[in-house]
Amino acid sequence: MSDSHAHSHQQAQAPGPAIGDLLAPPIDWSDHPLTYYEKRIIAIGNLLREKGILTVDEIRRATEELEARTPALGARVVARAWVDPAYKARLLANAKAAVEELGIPTDTINHLVVPENTDKVHHVVVCTLCSCYPRQLLGEPPDWYKSDAYKIRIIQDPRSVLRERGVHLAEDVEVRVLDSTADVRYLVLPRRPPGTEGWSEEQLATLVTRDAMIGVAEALSPTSR
Amino acid sequence: MPYRFAIGDRVRVKALYPPGHVRTPVYIRGKQGVITAQHGHFPNPEQLAYGRDGLPPIPLYGVTFDLAEVLGRPAGRDRLTLDIYEHWLEPA
Repeated sequence: MSDSHAHSHQQAQAPGPAIGDLLAPPIDWSDHPLTYYEKRIIAIGNLLREKGILTVDEIRRATEELEARTPALGARVVARAWVDPAYKARLLANAKAAVEELGIPTDTINHLVVPENTDKVHHVVVCTLCSCYPRQLLGEPPDWYKSDAYKIRIIQDPRSVLRERGVHLAEDVEVRVLDSTADVRYLVLPRRPPGTEGWSEEQLATLVTRDAMIGVAEALSPTSR
Repeated sequence: MPYRFAIGDRVRVKALYPPGHVRTPVYIRGKQGVITAQHGHFPNPEQLAYGRDGLPPIPLYGVTFDLAEVLGRPAGRDRLTLDIYEHWLEPA
């Protein structure tokens, strides 16, 4: 019978040709021992390419399109809302239409809601079921947003998560956790930092971070830049 | 298109545990909240997940709960809003 100890040791060390060509991982997969599901994704991807259903070019272009979107898009929306009260009113009433006014596409978002943080309420967004996130406005979510730790703790004790991220709220401020369980995507409108009177939209946009639009941070203050 | 519930209505999430794909998290089932938004009508994801068209579209609500009620312990004035489809809600 084969030496089972050597076999399992070899599997953990060398993902790739040792387990057959179908499972040869692409260059961005091979730096850690692969899980069962990672091997399955790799095998399916290799099959799709081999059968000509998807080309390497199509995959690369789709990846580049995903990676081209950044939080700078959402920051433009926030900065415009800060300087233009009429725009802000339109944004709060019909977010998709208001975002499209700025030439930003929202066609993959079924319904967009922009909740406004005030001195009375602080919003923070999670998707406990999967990783729903306004990707067309923020790009891909960070790994922590998709973690069990975040999903559990933001429901069980949201203030402890906020404190860890540097957000300290008074007891009379309501924390409103938004669990995007369905077709709605949320982009939090953070509070405009004091000391920014007279700033241009472009300058204001530099204060708006991805984390502030998720709700785990405030916008940057002028003195912290 | 019609909505059964109006903003301000008190509702309870049904304590059902069907098999298959649903978008109502287990932690909110049986809990009481209030309708705070009418988001529109969308194809039923429980059908879309199995390759069906999910039509006719069904109403989707923003439902807001006291976090203390959800957790069963004090949580200040903090609240939690989920987006729940109409067939998961009943009057409280």
